[in-house]
Amino acid sequence: MSEIAAKGIALRAEGLEKRFGGLKAVSNVSLDVHAGEIHAVIGPNGAGKSTLINLLSGDLPVTSGTITLGGKVITTMGASRRGLAGVGRSYQKTTIFQTSTVFENVRLSAQARSGHALWMFGNVRNDATVNQRADNALAQTGLTARAQTRANLLSHGEQRQLEIAMVLATDPQLILLDEPLAGMGQSEAKRMIDLIKGLKVRRAVLLVEHDMDAVFALADRLTVMADGQVIASGAPDYVRAHPTVRSAYLGHDHGEAA
Amino acid sequence: MNSKLQNLIVPLALLFAAVALPLLVPTYYVQLASKMLLMGMLAMALNLVVGFGGLVSLCHAAFFGLAGYVLALTSPESQAASIWLSLPITMAVCGLAAAIIGALSLRTKGIYFIMVTLAFGEMLFYLFHDTKIGGGSDGMYIYFKPDVLLGSTQLIDLDKPRTFYFVALGCVLLTVWLLRTLVNAPFGHALAAARDNERRSVSLGFPVFMVRLVAFVISGVLAGVAGYFSAAQFGFVAPQLLGWHLSATVLVMVVLGGMRSVTGPLIGAMVIIGLEEVLKSSTEHWKLIYGLIVIFIVFALPGGVQQLSSLIFGRKVDAPTPGTEVWKGARSMQPEAANV
Amino acid sequence: MNGLTFAVQLLNGVQYGLVLFLVASGLTLVFGILGVINLAHGAFYMLGAYLAYWIAAMTGSFWAALLGSVGISFVLGLALENVFIKRMYGRDHLAQVLLSFGMILVIDEVRQILFGKDVHSVAPPAWLSGSIKLTDVLSYPVYRLALCGFCLAMAIAIFYVIQRTRIGMVIRAGAENREMTRSLGIPFDTVNRFVFAGGIALAALGGAVVAPVSTVFPGMGDSMLILSFVVVVLGGIGSVSGAAIGALLIGLTDTFGKVFFPQISSILIYVLMAGILLWRPNGILGKREV
Repeated sequence: MSEIAAKGIALRAEGLEKRFGGLKAVSNVSLDVHAGEIHAVIGPNGAGKSTLINLLSGDLPVTSGTITLGGKVITTMGASRRGLAGVGRSYQKTTIFQTSTVFENVRLSAQARSGHALWMFGNVRNDATVNQRADNALAQTGLTARAQTRANLLSHGEQRQLEIAMVLATDPQLILLDEPLAGMGQSEAKRMIDLIKGLKVRRAVLLVEHDMDAVFALADRLTVMADGQVIASGAPDYVRAHPTVRSAYLGHDHGEAA
Repeated sequence: MNSKLQNLIVPLALLFAAVALPLLVPTYYVQLASKMLLMGMLAMALNLVVGFGGLVSLCHAAFFGLAGYVLALTSPESQAASIWLSLPITMAVCGLAAAIIGALSLRTKGIYFIMVTLAFGEMLFYLFHDTKIGGGSDGMYIYFKPDVLLGSTQLIDLDKPRTFYFVALGCVLLTVWLLRTLVNAPFGHALAAARDNERRSVSLGFPVFMVRLVAFVISGVLAGVAGYFSAAQFGFVAPQLLGWHLSATVLVMVVLGGMRSVTGPLIGAMVIIGLEEVLKSSTEHWKLIYGLIVIFIVFALPGGVQQLSSLIFGRKVDAPTPGTEVWKGARSMQPEAANV
Repeated sequence: MNGLTFAVQLLNGVQYGLVLFLVASGLTLVFGILGVINLAHGAFYMLGAYLAYWIAAMTGSFWAALLGSVGISFVLGLALENVFIKRMYGRDHLAQVLLSFGMILVIDEVRQILFGKDVHSVAPPAWLSGSIKLTDVLSYPVYRLALCGFCLAMAIAIFYVIQRTRIGMVIRAGAENREMTRSLGIPFDTVNRFVFAGGIALAALGGAVVAPVSTVFPGMGDSMLILSFVVVVLGGIGSVSGAAIGALLIGLTDTFGKVFFPQISSILIYVLMAGILLWRPNGILGKREV
């Protein structure tokens, strides 16, 4: 167990399988995500990438396989316990508290991390530790100036930044990002790419993204999926040169993205 | 500092009026005011779940009525029950009922939650209606109001309408204090977070089910306390007290008073009971007019009486349509779930 | 209990279940397709029964009562959809709950004004009013048998319409994906209106057909509403097949509960519901939450 942690492996998934009725959405997927690394998962639509993220975050239960976080088996934990254990995630569709202010969004995230959901006394706004953690997350994502704005008044790009800030406020070991660049303009995307680059310091990041330029700019390691299975895994250069990957996927999709 | 003082003026004036009221009006109105306060307590209790938790419960009358039955059943036949015994028992029974019903109902969401709470509430209704536990459909009398004794000296005489009124007022003030505290505490924020975005709350690590269940139980116990004193006031319990028509009426109070405020439902309760009182005395078919008013409230005032006052005084209140998030959440779950 | 009484009770349970299905299917369609929770569904069941009583008393014809009750309710449904319900699409459930609660109060009082609060009965048509003699002491009313047959036929018709016809396809498409239906150029508003009115008409039909076997009384709507809710919770929202399973389960549970556990028979169906909730929170045929 500690052997995994010693190697700097934050997350290890072994033989993951997810079946919906008769359909195998994910089958026999194994991968490691190291601390301080961005591990990108790519593949054509319907390859099972989003399902994989949902399995790792606990939004979906696995059919079989094992998930280990920092040496601890978390396979049977639900999403909320995994959140407490150090898994943070963004969703394809921005998932934030729309009617609260930016600060309140991040403050709630920091509060969740503190585990005080059932504390019934004491004003929440006076918790210095939580406020500090929230401020830090805002500063790190460049949202400090927007702290008092209501979240639904932010631009799409800012909302996605906020979602990352919320994840950061929970101080996770592992961050799962599900298409963080979707729907962004070029300048917004550039800012987001810089932000994601900064996330991997001390943390492990698993990234699902369609924008191949962004993926190759960010990823330290790549896993390619097709039809629910891993078809290649390794360093970016290795994957780029992999013949199966070229024919199955990169060829046309890369052209699209360019 | 100055604005803090200003914020205190209105509540203090209201409190002063509430204390002065029983000294100024005839007994009948003191009793009516007590009824308003206790229904207001029930409405505030319900609002913890509905307004702050985003969960539309239709079984709170069941906790309210159950409490009355517990008082009736723990009262000896020819003497008064001791409040030190019967009130804690009532709270425990209501808490247990809320825990069981809550744990089952909270497995569901949206429309299901509404239907399941309604059904469990009716189950308690039928429990007392169809069995002999509490006198069947005829109900039971509580001949003596509970004793509040210390040793053998009587601390409070609940038989005196004015004394009873102050006890009810005390209950309401305690409820306001408790709910204010809860809403501002980490617990209240976790509860509201789950209402605004359940998926995000879960993913952040909030134990959403537990938070909701605890809110449901607290709300059920408070509803029970309100029901205990109501039953003591009227000296009679009947299955109708547990029926869902009362639950729905209390929901009307909550919506009328405003769901995002702790004290709003209290005002809603006063308005509705006052309205009932006026309508009942003026027409035989008061329910027709009452029903039309309920329909009017739904369409005209989605933000509650605060919105009404803003219509009258032209003051703008930033009141987003209450509960829309609940609706959107329920609706968007399905397509998303389908394509994972 | 010998075989024959068992068979009679079984028949009673099934008949009860079939009537429940008739009413609950209307409720589940309105939930599933319009996304609207209608607490006034039971009130329309009650209204249907009173209308049937009223028309039967005027015309002396059971069939006129049946048709008239359903027809009036359908038109009423169209009007209500047009005035109130269509403003409820996309609004929160709480508003829907309160609106339909207001409607219940109004309908109850209107019933009070028009028909009073007396308990009434409706005579079945003459040729259905006899009994079949089973043994010396046991007989079974012909009307109950006919009721079974009628409800069964209605159930088959409902399934046929939803599964096999173009209208049914539109309805199912609407339940699955409202945006898509709109983009296909299907007259969504008209479909909604007819679905709501159809749901109301089913409730009224249920009230009218049971009028000869049970009595017509003011509180009949409330208990039917709760039972329909339990049926829908058991079966799964929007699922007509689920409603059929739920209705039969409740019909049988209630009937045999009254025979074997008369003390707690009224609680039994809720125990059943609690059990189903533990097993499948979204109902037997409800979409599983992912």
